Amino acid sequence: MIARRLGPLVPPIVFGAAVLALWEAVVRIGGVPQVILPAPTAIMARFFSSLPTLWVDLVQTMKGVLAGYTIGSAAGLGVAILIDRSQFLQRGLLPIGNFVSALPIVGIAPIMVMWFGFDWPSKAAVVVVMTFFPMLVNTVAGLESAGAMERDLMNTYAADYWQTLLSLRLPAALPFIFNALKINTTLAMIGAIVAEFFGTPIVGMGFRISTEVGHLSIDMVWATIVVAALTGSLFYALVAGVERRVTFWHASYRAKEA
Amino acid sequence: MKSALPIATVVLAILAVWYVAAALLNAPLQRDQFANAGRTDYSTQDLIAGSLNMERPKLPAPHQIVSELYKLVFATAPTSKRSLVYHGWITLQETLIGFIAGGALGVALAVMIVSVGWLERSMMPWIVASQTIPIIALAPMIVVILSQFNITGIAPKAAIAAYLCFFPITVGMVKGFRSPDPLHLDLMRTYSATRAQTFLKLRAPASAPFFFASMKVGAAAALVGAIVAEVTKSEDGGIGARLLAGSYYGQTVQIWAALFVGAAMSAVLVGLIGFAGQAVERRMGFLR
Repeated sequence: MIARRLGPLVPPIVFGAAVLALWEAVVRIGGVPQVILPAPTAIMARFFSSLPTLWVDLVQTMKGVLAGYTIGSAAGLGVAILIDRSQFLQRGLLPIGNFVSALPIVGIAPIMVMWFGFDWPSKAAVVVVMTFFPMLVNTVAGLESAGAMERDLMNTYAADYWQTLLSLRLPAALPFIFNALKINTTLAMIGAIVAEFFGTPIVGMGFRISTEVGHLSIDMVWATIVVAALTGSLFYALVAGVERRVTFWHASYRAKEA
Repeated sequence: MKSALPIATVVLAILAVWYVAAALLNAPLQRDQFANAGRTDYSTQDLIAGSLNMERPKLPAPHQIVSELYKLVFATAPTSKRSLVYHGWITLQETLIGFIAGGALGVALAVMIVSVGWLERSMMPWIVASQTIPIIALAPMIVVILSQFNITGIAPKAAIAAYLCFFPITVGMVKGFRSPDPLHLDLMRTYSATRAQTFLKLRAPASAPFFFASMKVGAAAALVGAIVAEVTKSEDGGIGARLLAGSYYGQTVQIWAALFVGAAMSAVLVGLIGFAGQAVERRMGFLR
């Protein structure tokens, strides 16, 4: 039973371990200088020896990430529900939303730094703009996804707009909303880190990466990237876990049980 | 065409809100300027007119951005270091080289993953996991590593653009190569088609819509990669370098102009791929 459940995990773990071993071997045997590519063991050593710095950076960056993620996603959801009753607004806003999602939004970082200062609120502002549109577009699509039969049923119950929204259409939209929440975890991390390239108090993961690159201490950069990767994956896994709990009824999860 | 009116309305509304916001955000600055100049007799009209035409506003008004764009795109010689055509061309080259290299790599990787079983089982989880990682954080480091090998100028930024765009393309193409109906795959088997034949005649054509969808995502990602890479090595120029220079010297109008050029480039790239995709898909019978 346990063996069967862990079975699919074996190939990727073996592959990952092989890549790390190869990396270590190339660096050691090939004598690659530290400033180009540090060995995985060197990165781990640096990681554990600078835990306090990495932790302070993480806390600083996550303030911007979490504040922006929450505000941006909530605003996207709210606006989607507001424009839900107006076909006109939907037809006007959706193409613009899709258009904006393709733009290099991280470019607004310098403007936000000017408006909200060097500390985390400016990073949160960038994250708000980056996460707003994916949420808007996905929620509007999700609200459309309830079946005609179910809507007719709500009609025969004489349910009003809000009752239909709360007990049928919002639950039906949940898979779409969670899709946006998952996309937004990555976008939020990217937005906050890149915004820190444009100016920050002397703390934060983006600041650490850009200054340590300047000092050519590449092992510290890699250690910061390990932190970013772990945090990004955990953040994603957390949202995916909540999704599994909340949308247990959805076909994509039911199929796996059978 | 049904949505032209709604879109125009929303765009106009955005412009109106923008003007109001610009007036409100800049008014305190303008008031200070009047006070410094010793003027006390200004009317509300003067204040609004002044705050919409400041040299370094908090939020430039749309007409200021348009005139700055005109100045830097058309009225400046394209060879000048102030011209946005000059910087836009640098960014465009990086983006296109990176996009082509990254796209080829992404498709090749997807072909390998689909045709070699153990590669999929061992690599796919990592590729999916890598989507959750802010890879863009690697950009400054890649620039430094490549400069150790004396690779400078356009190449390092193109490398970052390629790096950012190949993941979404690989994931999309693997999905596309797996998209044929099981019935069609069975049909190929009854024809006793080889794996290569199944791939060329069924999997590859079936992946066309996925190809164009992931190319759109990839092109947008490549542009973001190029711009962020330019921020980390700003002496070489490019849209990202203009953004950084603008933020150093408080030239807000210049930042917004550079931002609009970046946005236009992204829109044109994604739009072109979209058009090509529509044409090909119609020809292949995906759209009716």
